[in-house]
Amino acid sequence: MAQAKKTQVSMTVNGQPVEGLVEPRTLLIHFIRENLQLTGPHIGCETTHCGACTIDMNGMSVKSCTVFAVQAEGAEITTIEGIANPDGTLSALQEGFRMMHGLQCGFCTPGMITRAHRLLQENPNPTEDEIRFGIAGNLCRCTGYQNIVRAIQYAAAKLNGTEFKEAAE
Amino acid sequence: MIPGPFDYHRPDSVADAIKLLAELGDEARPLAGGHSLIPMMKLRLATPDHLVDLAGIGALKGIVRDGDRIVIGAMITQHELLASETIASAVPILRETALLIADPQVRYRGTIGGNVANGDPGNDMPALMLTLGAEYTLEGPSGSRTVAASEFYQGAYFTAIEPGEILTSVSIPVLPAGHGYAYEKLKRKIGDYATAAAAVVLTMAGGKVATCSIGLTNLAETALLADDAAAAVIGTTLDDASLKKAAEAARAIMSPAGDGRGPPEYRKHVGGIMVERALKRAAAVAR
Amino acid sequence: MNDMSLTREEREAKLEGMGCKRKRVEDIRFTQGKGNYVDDVKLPGMLHGDFVRSPHAHARVKSINSEKALKVPGVLAVITAETLKTVNLAWMPTLAGDVQMVLADGKVLFQNQEVAFVVATDRYAADDGVAAVEVEYEPLPVLVDPFKALDPDAPLLREDIKDKKDGAHGPRKHHNHIFEWTVGDRELTDAAFNKADVTIKEMISYHRTHPSPLETCQCVCSFDKVKSELTIWGTFQAPHVIRTVVSLIAKLPEQKIHVIAPDIGGGFGNKVGAYPGYICAAVASIVTGKPVKWVEDRIENLTATSFARDYHMTTEIAATKEGKVTGLRVHVLADHGAFDACADPSKWPAGFFNIVTGSYDFPVAYLAVDGIYTNKAPGGVAYRCSFRVTEAAYCIERAMDILAQKLDMDPAELRLKNFVKPEQFPYHSALGWEYDSGDYHTAMRKAMESVKYAELRQEQAAKREAFKRGETREIMGIGVSFFTEIVGAGPSKNCDILGIAMFDSCEIRLHPTGAGIARMGTKSQGQGHETTWAQIIATEIGIPADNIMVEEGNTDTAPYGLGTYGSRSTPVAGAAIAMAARKIKAKAQMIAAYKLEVHEDDLEWDIDGFRVKGLPEKFLGMKDISWIAYNSPPPGMEPGLEAVSYYDPPNMTYPFGAYICVMDIDVDTGVYKVRRFYALDDCGTRINPMIIEGQVHGGLTEAFAIAMGQEIHYDETGNVTTGSFMDFFVPTAVETPKWETDYTVTPSPHHPIGAKGVGESPNVGGVPCFSNAVNDAFSFLGSTHIQMPHDYWRNWKAARELGAVG
Repeated sequence: MAQAKKTQVSMTVNGQPVEGLVEPRTLLIHFIRENLQLTGPHIGCETTHCGACTIDMNGMSVKSCTVFAVQAEGAEITTIEGIANPDGTLSALQEGFRMMHGLQCGFCTPGMITRAHRLLQENPNPTEDEIRFGIAGNLCRCTGYQNIVRAIQYAAAKLNGTEFKEAAE
Repeated sequence: MIPGPFDYHRPDSVADAIKLLAELGDEARPLAGGHSLIPMMKLRLATPDHLVDLAGIGALKGIVRDGDRIVIGAMITQHELLASETIASAVPILRETALLIADPQVRYRGTIGGNVANGDPGNDMPALMLTLGAEYTLEGPSGSRTVAASEFYQGAYFTAIEPGEILTSVSIPVLPAGHGYAYEKLKRKIGDYATAAAAVVLTMAGGKVATCSIGLTNLAETALLADDAAAAVIGTTLDDASLKKAAEAARAIMSPAGDGRGPPEYRKHVGGIMVERALKRAAAVAR
Repeated sequence: MNDMSLTREEREAKLEGMGCKRKRVEDIRFTQGKGNYVDDVKLPGMLHGDFVRSPHAHARVKSINSEKALKVPGVLAVITAETLKTVNLAWMPTLAGDVQMVLADGKVLFQNQEVAFVVATDRYAADDGVAAVEVEYEPLPVLVDPFKALDPDAPLLREDIKDKKDGAHGPRKHHNHIFEWTVGDRELTDAAFNKADVTIKEMISYHRTHPSPLETCQCVCSFDKVKSELTIWGTFQAPHVIRTVVSLIAKLPEQKIHVIAPDIGGGFGNKVGAYPGYICAAVASIVTGKPVKWVEDRIENLTATSFARDYHMTTEIAATKEGKVTGLRVHVLADHGAFDACADPSKWPAGFFNIVTGSYDFPVAYLAVDGIYTNKAPGGVAYRCSFRVTEAAYCIERAMDILAQKLDMDPAELRLKNFVKPEQFPYHSALGWEYDSGDYHTAMRKAMESVKYAELRQEQAAKREAFKRGETREIMGIGVSFFTEIVGAGPSKNCDILGIAMFDSCEIRLHPTGAGIARMGTKSQGQGHETTWAQIIATEIGIPADNIMVEEGNTDTAPYGLGTYGSRSTPVAGAAIAMAARKIKAKAQMIAAYKLEVHEDDLEWDIDGFRVKGLPEKFLGMKDISWIAYNSPPPGMEPGLEAVSYYDPPNMTYPFGAYICVMDIDVDTGVYKVRRFYALDDCGTRINPMIIEGQVHGGLTEAFAIAMGQEIHYDETGNVTTGSFMDFFVPTAVETPKWETDYTVTPSPHHPIGAKGVGESPNVGGVPCFSNAVNDAFSFLGSTHIQMPHDYWRNWKAARELGAVG
């Protein structure tokens, strides 16, 4: 095994330019969590299935456990820490997740919200099936997804300025 | 679940990439979307000393119509395929298939070049490429060559790519207007490989099948072109007996492994059913 | 809070007490990525540990060579069993009275067993070190099939106890035998079978699976050499138990151990036990003098820590020809893997499996459980259920369907005929439990009406005819299940863990401004305790829930408690909260009486304070009382307003529910579609309906996964073939059905607020409901029982064996 040289990487994360010296094999999730101390994105499966490590990279939802930090050179990255409104209040999605009980243990939530953020950018008014298909790269062990779907519907309605009617219990 | 160490290279031209691969030799691997290779590296089932990232090569991006062919750059992602008007109108089955690959995040990163080139029998695009009569452009130290998809797959993870070569584009003949198509994929869940899948492209004339080709995913060591199954339905109205004949002909060439998706007899059985269902649905959308 | 301009309703609403769909306080941080989970803990100089694991299921370890690993840059130490022997920690006691290797001592007994622990400066170097450790194995014959474990020539697995005739739970019959546990009256039961009109017998298996929370098991251990103190941050469902066990094992004084369970990313039983990773990280920290982090990866989680189920239940029911059950006889072959590390209360080797008579009035019953060793991972945890209760519920609910089929009766009718009647509560079951309360008939009938059960059966009959005529290849199944859970471990007369009685606790301290902090011995892993515990307090003492901070998980500050699992938090800690609150209220009443210049008996409680009876304007609110309690208490009274309660429940609680599932199965592919799933739960008093609904959704989703494909599967050589999320079925939003929830309310008569617990009911009731739906779909083709999991290929196999597929 060769001992690889460290490489300088720089990117923009949540609007801030950042840089670091990393081994080429450093996974982006570790760069974000360990070097940048942004511990919102989590590691759940390490085999690209669970989506807990989802971040937004150049306008795409990406599982950051399956990307090397060096591949993100120059990228624009948003993590859950950058999702709130500029004034620090909860974004429509964050509020939706809280109002609709779209989370329990909270471990999948950063990835789930970050993914839903991109989904709503691409499809501002998704159907329930489109939401389910659109978040199928994110596993949740607690909620059974039903309230996550409602949370995203709540956010879509709020962003569209329409009324969201909570389904009867 | 940490990859072994490697050196990272990011050339900005195909020529540089080929030069690097030639210099670095056997222990270098090209990196496309990385969603097959990086998980293998995390398990240390792959331990390359060098990765040559193709992401910086602008020439590998792009979807263009070139006469009667659609040429797709190897680094076009599944997500870009889904977003392409050209693909949606000229090769709609490509769009349908891309939607059934993995999950949204993986489709943003996974590329058509990576999907067809690594020879994984579980990947969906190889069978589709066989069905569509696609050709791959390979570039290497001794120049560029074209290999038909039907000549490309030699075994699991074993293809016609020579050491030092890179698959740079995929070229697909434009399908006739009014063709029917379907990709039927049975899988356990989103994110899984196919238990069995069948791609069908056909044309109908006077209520009968005029032309037909059928590809099979994850039912043998490589994707398969089911010629006999296709022949069995040409000239028929896709009546039940012909469908059954096609399914049986397809099953005759399947040799799936047994795994968590089911034992071989199950996968062959549903493989035949995927063929029948794809044929029926393809005929229904043909004009 | 004493604003008299508000209406009673407004004052009540402001409290956000019990019954309110209060939004969760946890979510503010979780939605912003500001949770603090174990892997988020970073300490100066922290090292990382990672395991070398066995590729073999059974092998002798000939040698371990660390030479190359120690040369890997960043690697500081390689710990083996030999290292651990120097501190007497090569083996550790299990919760079930067995011992377990921390690191392979001479041999390995399951695939991915821990062999060596590599300590390095970061997780990359640790992984490099793992890859460089050379271990020489000599493979031994592998025992995978539990039914062959007790064969005379079965391989000897546990050489360490080969001559031990008695285990923790009595005599051992064979070198691979752990215990035999019997309950009930064998003779009376045999007699009932001898004179029965009708009997059924079926071997019903509940396959091995895994709780697999999204966050794996992990810890950070930091030993302070100067103070001789060990601090452990860990994914612990029961932090106090971990502290006590560490104290006993490591011979460290308990006050010098600080256990902190920060936010936990789901538990479902996975995080109850003590694992080699914790011990190794602690030892590594002691050896190196630096903090050491250990984080399991997903493959390690699925293959090495805490499986669930693996019960093989031969079940017999005796009944009259009219369908009245007269006897139940069950033998369980319990596959515990390589070590008996079952996480049950210590006296209960098969947990509360003797709830197996379910919701039915069996006059007699007899149960025998044989625990055995195989070359599989140890564990046997209660995966989103009380101890072995989901196995019991599956067993009886499947068996009742099989009996209904034999009697040609509708399965719902058979259940209604045999339910324990409302007037029989408290009900004493044939296997020794006292059910606290229930109204099963009302729940079952409400469920049947809600789904229009009779119409579904008519539709099914028509579809079956159409199938027989060849008009459709789809068959329809209607699954019915009715479960009785037993939760809230537990009364200390019954339940302890290694001698630690299973009470729970709450400490409430109100501050002078009428706000406060409450601490419990429980530990949320997503259940929302910070939200709901405050709601109980709000209702009990009239302080708005928003003004109560709930804190759990730090053994230095929380009162001693046994933690959160087995749906015990609400039944036990929930009661402690109410009792502590009532102590505060009693003192508050004395203060109010003094200030209002009346006798205490002349006061009545009114939402958020005390009022003089008949004089509505004479009122003193809790906010004011809090101030007074500190600053001008009545003469002779100690200042302050706080209370502690340690609650030892008089009995368990018995939540119940009626579930109905409608499923369609394509016989040609085995592909199923859940058309409808209706879940009626009765968990007694409902603290937060929003959270209850969320718990039910989640439990049903886990039940769906388990019944329909989620499995820890071993091949014949002992390799796990489902060791990642590719093959271990965790459904996405696309596969997951939509859930309909409903409820009845039958409060627990012995619980201070009448609550019973709910988190695990949907898993207990859900699994049999899905399985009964599949079995019901196939029953008209002549099958009586198809084993789980019901994934596509197995459904197809069933169809083929029944002649439905050519």
